Amino acid sequence: MSEGPAEAGGAAAVSVRAVSKVFNRGTVKQVDALVDIDLTVAPGEFVSLIGPSGCGKSTLLRLIGNLIEPTTGEVLVNGKPADRARLDQDYGMAFQQAGLFDWRSVAKNVELPLELKGWDKARRRARAEEMLALVKLAEFADHRPWQLSGGMQQRVAIARALAAGPELLLMDEPFGALDEMTREHMQAELLRICTETKTSVVFVTHSIPEAVYLSERVVVMSPRPGRITQIVDVELGRHRDVDTREDAGYFKKVTEVREALRGFEVDELDAVGQGVDDR
Amino acid sequence: MMAARVLRAVWPPVVFGVAFLCLWELAVVVFDWKPYFLPRPSRIWVEFVDNFGLIRKSAAVSGANALIGLVAGTVLGVAVSFLLMRFRLLNDMLSPLAVALNAIPIFVLVAVFNNMFSLTSEVPRRLMVTLVVYFIVLVNVAKGLRQVDVTHLELLRSYAATPTQVLRKARIPNAVPYLFTALKIAAPAAVITAFVAEYFGGSQNGLGTRITSNLTANTAAAWAYVLGACLLGLAFFTISILLESITTSRGASPRGGNR
Repeated sequence: MSEGPAEAGGAAAVSVRAVSKVFNRGTVKQVDALVDIDLTVAPGEFVSLIGPSGCGKSTLLRLIGNLIEPTTGEVLVNGKPADRARLDQDYGMAFQQAGLFDWRSVAKNVELPLELKGWDKARRRARAEEMLALVKLAEFADHRPWQLSGGMQQRVAIARALAAGPELLLMDEPFGALDEMTREHMQAELLRICTETKTSVVFVTHSIPEAVYLSERVVVMSPRPGRITQIVDVELGRHRDVDTREDAGYFKKVTEVREALRGFEVDELDAVGQGVDDR
Repeated sequence: MMAARVLRAVWPPVVFGVAFLCLWELAVVVFDWKPYFLPRPSRIWVEFVDNFGLIRKSAAVSGANALIGLVAGTVLGVAVSFLLMRFRLLNDMLSPLAVALNAIPIFVLVAVFNNMFSLTSEVPRRLMVTLVVYFIVLVNVAKGLRQVDVTHLELLRSYAATPTQVLRKARIPNAVPYLFTALKIAAPAAVITAFVAEYFGGSQNGLGTRITSNLTANTAAAWAYVLGACLLGLAFFTISILLESITTSRGASPRGGNR
């Protein structure tokens, strides 16, 4: 089931095989964060990970980004081992906190990954301008991050994630802290940008409408231990706009994802309660 | 506009200060306090003007001790905090000790230092100031280097940054505001330590010793030296504030810190 359309040709953007992750193994605090995860993301595909708190969706994203290592199994990005892909900067990342560096200008923030890649100054500057134009913040290049609104900061973070031209974006609830209107606007912008740049995306979210609106596939996960319980094909076509949100097919998919999540609601509360006790 | 705001901030303390001095003057006269108990402010001012040359010289001695110690302690504190950052084991061994030492009045060590050098040497005093400043700077800068935004660290890891790059791009800029916080605490502490260190022996040439040596013979003159000491402390504090405002105007977040 998880062997999606990716197998058709070329290397998958992401290939997660039989991966599990155990934290604090062998101690009383041992947590089975992920069990038996198989997931493939095709080049150019937009996949969301959704599930209640503690289902390990952020952990899975960090495994793909090689910020942490799997306990068992294998993660491939662009057909390479995840650590190789990280060293090659094959992907860009964005988090719930924009994570901009306050002591750098907006443009210098976007340039940071390019600095670390060893690009020369002129090339960096040109690329940062291009990226800021893409997120429609060109005139804010010389501002400081804290002079920008939350939504604008998040757009800078996306520009930064895309600066090195990665084929894959890994995003962990990037719009989680934004208000509803800004959020919908940002979702539309993200889709536009990813279509323009042909970027694949793995997107972690708490929001069912967000997952359905953005994704070609929604991966539903269950908590403790985290595992994939269902993958919903959204089948709304790649072009999505304001009308998509009022489309009958869209509501049907929202309902389908909600149904898939329903079973965990009680467990989720339970798990959260236990989580507190554990600490 | 600006001038009006400054004026509004300035007049309440000025009015209060003048009123306080008047009350003091009045109280000495009305209650007929003896000069050895509390001299009149006008008398102190006369002594300050009369002795200005010597006060300035003494202030230069104490001030030089404080400044040399401040600079040396800052350099040393920054250097060691980098070492602690680089070598985790060293950090685990030394950090609790540094915090513990910082909590006790270590300037009593000056007596020990006095014993190590010649009687007229300024080195023990400077050493003492250095030590006091060193701990303040070390504790703060080490914290600034360590407490980096987790998102920043994850981002840098995703950019395949080397440890040196993480240091240059995230840890050092993050530690800069912590350094200035440390300096704001350390600058007055340096002056205080320089004065107090003089009470433990050595040459009778600084503001601290001149206060005690004048106390019995001419209390008003002793107070004039106290005034000098206040001005010196204020000067150090002002410099640390100015240094900080230079860096913040360079573009750090007004919220401070590192979110």
